[in-house]
Amino acid sequence: MNLANLQADLWSLVPELWLVAVGLLALLADLVIPRGRKAAVGVLAMSGVLMALIPVASMIPWQARTVLFGTYAVDGFAVFFKLIAIVATVLVILSAMDAMGRQAFEGEFYVLLVFTAVGLMMMAASTDLILLALAIEYVSLTSYVLAGFLKANPKSNEAGIKYFLFGASASAVMFYGFSFVYGLAGTTNLAQIAVRLAGAPAPALYLALALMLAGFGFKISMVPFHQWTPDVYEGAPTPVAAFLSVGSKAAGFAVLVRVVVGTFDPARVNWVLLIAVLSAVTMTVGNLLALPQRNIKRMLAYSSIAHAGFILIGVAAFQGNFGMPGLLIYLLGYTFTQLGAFFVATLIGTRLGTDEIPDYAGLAQRAPVSALLMAIFMLSLTGIPPTAVFFGKFYVLAAAIDNGLLWLAVVGIVNSVISLYYYVGVIRAMYVMPAPSSAPLVEPAALQVALGVAGLGTLAIGLYPDPVIALARSAAFLLRM
Amino acid sequence: MLSLIIFLPLVGGIFILFTSKGNEALMKGVALGTSLGSTIFLVFLTVLYKIGGGMQFVEQHSWISNLGITYHVGVDGLSLPLIALTALLSVLSVVYSWRIEVRLKEYLFLFLLLETGMLGVFAALDFFLFYIFWEITLVPMYFLIAIWGGPRREYAAIKFFLYTLVGSLAMLLAILLMYFNSDPHTFNMLALTQQQPLAGKPVLAALAFWGFFFAFAIKVPMWPFHTWLPDAHVEAPTAGSVILAGVLLKMGTYGFVRISLPMLPDVFRAYAPAVAVLALLGIVYGALVALAQTDLKKLVAYSSVNHMGYVMLGVAAAAAAFGVPEKAAAAATALNGAVFEMVAHGIVTGALFLIVGVLYDYRAHTRGVNEFGGLGVRLPVYTGITTIAMLASLGLPGLMGFVAEFFIFVGSFGIFPYLTAVAVTGVVFTAAMFLWTLQRIFLGPVNERWAALPDMDTREKVSLVPLAVLMVVFGLFPKPLLDMINAAMAVLVTAVR
Repeated sequence: MNLANLQADLWSLVPELWLVAVGLLALLADLVIPRGRKAAVGVLAMSGVLMALIPVASMIPWQARTVLFGTYAVDGFAVFFKLIAIVATVLVILSAMDAMGRQAFEGEFYVLLVFTAVGLMMMAASTDLILLALAIEYVSLTSYVLAGFLKANPKSNEAGIKYFLFGASASAVMFYGFSFVYGLAGTTNLAQIAVRLAGAPAPALYLALALMLAGFGFKISMVPFHQWTPDVYEGAPTPVAAFLSVGSKAAGFAVLVRVVVGTFDPARVNWVLLIAVLSAVTMTVGNLLALPQRNIKRMLAYSSIAHAGFILIGVAAFQGNFGMPGLLIYLLGYTFTQLGAFFVATLIGTRLGTDEIPDYAGLAQRAPVSALLMAIFMLSLTGIPPTAVFFGKFYVLAAAIDNGLLWLAVVGIVNSVISLYYYVGVIRAMYVMPAPSSAPLVEPAALQVALGVAGLGTLAIGLYPDPVIALARSAAFLLRM
Repeated sequence: MLSLIIFLPLVGGIFILFTSKGNEALMKGVALGTSLGSTIFLVFLTVLYKIGGGMQFVEQHSWISNLGITYHVGVDGLSLPLIALTALLSVLSVVYSWRIEVRLKEYLFLFLLLETGMLGVFAALDFFLFYIFWEITLVPMYFLIAIWGGPRREYAAIKFFLYTLVGSLAMLLAILLMYFNSDPHTFNMLALTQQQPLAGKPVLAALAFWGFFFAFAIKVPMWPFHTWLPDAHVEAPTAGSVILAGVLLKMGTYGFVRISLPMLPDVFRAYAPAVAVLALLGIVYGALVALAQTDLKKLVAYSSVNHMGYVMLGVAAAAAAFGVPEKAAAAATALNGAVFEMVAHGIVTGALFLIVGVLYDYRAHTRGVNEFGGLGVRLPVYTGITTIAMLASLGLPGLMGFVAEFFIFVGSFGIFPYLTAVAVTGVVFTAAMFLWTLQRIFLGPVNERWAALPDMDTREKVSLVPLAVLMVVFGLFPKPLLDMINAAMAVLVTAVR
């Protein structure tokens, strides 16, 4: 490879390099900015991440290709996940300024979020097993720290250590799976693996697949690798829970799609049925366990498990024009809606000091705008139109029917009905139950902006999804090349 | 103009959201103004409407072009009467709700959102749009019951929401089945009616039929899916019950006539006897249970189960006659009766719920039928209007209900003679129930407890008199409405044949 090639390759990495620079800059700024004014670090980090939208947006019309000796993809699929990572990071930093402003090490928090965003982008773009493993571990490490960020809070410590133990085991199993794949294919490049696995014995492929699914399943909170989710979300700072529930879930799906859909031939290894069954089980378990929850973060954790199951429908029904775009649209819509729900939880958590759903009583009077947005988020998560998650559900259900998986679609709608009950529980608390005090709630401006953007995204994708469909279609189209 | 009629209430509702909390007169004014404005535009539209002209005032704009989804609305002889019913009942309900004091802003916003949703359901000609409007009606109704309802409001509201959501999601799958089997793939309801995408695929067609059936049967509600109805109707605030009974139930029967019948005629014919039996059970069961009620609101609620059974009997009869030319006339008659009954039930039962509200909300605060007696002396106007509405509901000739039931029975008799014969006995029970109710409340010795009750005030008269007048007018002179319905049903029956 000559220098000109390397230079061209580096141009394709501008978003990642830019974010690394922003992270380092924020780290330096944290050294000089005195205590009590650390919000400036957050503003710096947030605007830096936001500016990464420019190079990412300019990459949308690019031809799909790989750089750095075929290890790193520059395609619509990766760009789509870069967008999700940027949206999630910017909004989470905005929402966290109030909550984290009361903590020590506030500056490091923003820096860690920026570095995690780089890792998320790398996870979605890696086309080489080694780089993939590094990206996953990198995201995991920063996530462990973020989950245990509240040093003085035993629950947060527990969340950090639990996440670490579960994560380390899942990674170990997954790497064992990677080693099988390498052994069978003799290469770590995903494109070549796809070709060379054609001759591999099926039982070995099943074993490799099962081992790898443990790692991917951990990242996306798929049953039976979901047990960490409620404990970690409950203990971690609420903004971190928000970030994990959308950012690392989305990146986990990206890896799952690249590795499983991209390299395993469903005619030889029937992973379609496997994923379909896992999807049905994940949805059902998540929803049933969400029903009795009284803590909003645990409820959202179980609901995020249920949504992972729903998104898996898109993986199982990957054939045709609906599965992959459906997965991408669902993830983007879910990003806005789930973040919004967590932001309201952040607001209540910091201002009222509680995460219990009954304590949301009378929120409609005390914070009418936030309550209205929360109601929209809850209805969106249920799948009531015209909202973003409804459209995602519509798309993956369409994919299921298009792929002849009618039974899975039926499981999906039954689960949507179950989920209505616990989502409406939040609405009921906010709108029907009487307020213990009528004092209006103080709503910090940054959090309001984050909430507004999340609400706008939720409604915009629901009312006019055309541009998102176009983007998701081109992203999914490039994947198949 | 049609879009203006549909969205004017929503615009008003959003405006109300941004008005200050104290400005109640402005909020009420905007609510009344926009719902009335919508009705006035609708009157213009009806004047311009040409009977027998097929789908009119069609608007089609590209919306989600990647999936071929368009914003597509229009009216014909089936939807126009129901849209008019919706607009009328909405205006009257806003008038009736004038005295709502608790959380007025939210109430009016939800009410106007609900109106837009209902108007949209009847006007939508694209399945995606139809589904969105269909679901939009659920949310405000949940809130109306849960916040402004009776003592068991939370239970009733969530039950209503869960039941109807099961139905709508089943419908979503059915819609997707239709979409993926059409060629080219389309959500256009008119195109799908023409294409008959599932005509040669009996299994898929049956699945789609049952998907739609669940959605519509729960909404109607048909026996045995009716259990949400007594709870929701009884706990809802008066205006909510009016809209629920007057319009939301019609969405189910409208779906059967607009979607199940023309798009899946073969399957519907195969299952028509089963549907007719369920309708018959609803008729008899509804009437008998209503007879046993002592709560006036519950009594009216169960009488709805009974009346919607008549509608479904007519629809099922028409479905059973598909493909049999000698029964086409009977099918058209039954279908005319069914659609006429939708409108009649909307007006009559809407009025009955208002009547219950007049007595319960601001006067007696009890609905026990046996607790009254001799009210006829005290409240002459109220007694008169109640008598007209109840007689119309039991099907007295000269009032609206009779025309509808007559056509349904005449039409169905030619197709399901035995079932219809049994169904007619339902009329006897209904008559007994309403006459007995009239007797217990208005006749007999005066109950001194209610000696001081005032008669209806202007607000209540404004919301009830128009309905009473319509019952008499369409009872004596149903021709204009029937002509409009008949033209649309003739098209439907020929298309299906």
